[in-house]
Amino acid sequence: MLLINCPWCGPHNESEYHYGGQAHVPYPENPAGLDDRQWAEYVFYRDNPKGPFAERWMHSHGCRRWFNALRDTVSYEVLATYRLDEPRPEPRVTDPAGEQR
Amino acid sequence: MAEPTNDARTGLLAWRVSPLAHLAERMRDAAVTGARGVTLSEWPFVSMVNVRVDPASAAATRIEKTLGAPLPREYGQTTTSGGHTAFWLGPDEWLVLSQAEAGAVVAELREALAADPGSVVDVSANRTTLELSGPAARQVLEKGCPLDLHPRVFGPGRAVSTTVGPIAVLLWQVDDGPTYRLLPRSSFADYLARWLIDAMSEYRGPELP
Repeated sequence: MLLINCPWCGPHNESEYHYGGQAHVPYPENPAGLDDRQWAEYVFYRDNPKGPFAERWMHSHGCRRWFNALRDTVSYEVLATYRLDEPRPEPRVTDPAGEQR
Repeated sequence: MAEPTNDARTGLLAWRVSPLAHLAERMRDAAVTGARGVTLSEWPFVSMVNVRVDPASAAATRIEKTLGAPLPREYGQTTTSGGHTAFWLGPDEWLVLSQAEAGAVVAELREALAADPGSVVDVSANRTTLELSGPAARQVLEKGCPLDLHPRVFGPGRAVSTTVGPIAVLLWQVDDGPTYRLLPRSSFADYLARWLIDAMSEYRGPELP
């Protein structure tokens, strides 16, 4: 069970939240100019990093606001949460081996 | 057909059935007395108004003047004045519970909002109110609520959106009894009341080590 820090409500159990996929996926500037492949990449293709991953979450049983979280996909640790109008923070961690990710 | 009049409206109100009317007797029978006592009852037909407005705007100030109390600005806070209690639902969203008639509260608050961005909506039928009270009330909730309800964290005047069992509720502690009020959506109220009746039943017997 993750303990996720909602920017508005503070720490709450994962069960109060909904997952919303990768964050910072910009809408195409010129949607009409995209071919099928580019559309497919915009709609379906997502990063799958090993390490810090910025993703969207919604506090659906609380304030019902969307926010972003930086989660380590290796340890599941939530490194930071931030409002949609805030920039993505730099990951602050090194893994147990001391290797900077 | 006659024109709808105030008399007709009063007549219709007499026909209202609350979401838990059919469980009133079951809830009464589930009451436990004594040192591990806990009781459950429904408070039907409380007026509820959903308010959305930018908290920094002049409209918010006018709404606060109309309510007679500031809109709470932080998670978990409530403010009370006269017959109104305002709950924090989100950074720009509140729920106002009122003893006054919902139509009158909506009219008053809409006048305060005027043409500014925001909304005031009567949501009285959206939720019903369950009151869970007695020395064992906190233990009953702790069986299915992920929040820390210990007095060092949660106390009278606090209200937060959370879940009890699988049901989303607005959980409001009223006093140190402790007395809690749970506001589930009407269609989930039947399940929640039965869940609570079941959770209360163990307190009839002696405490097991």
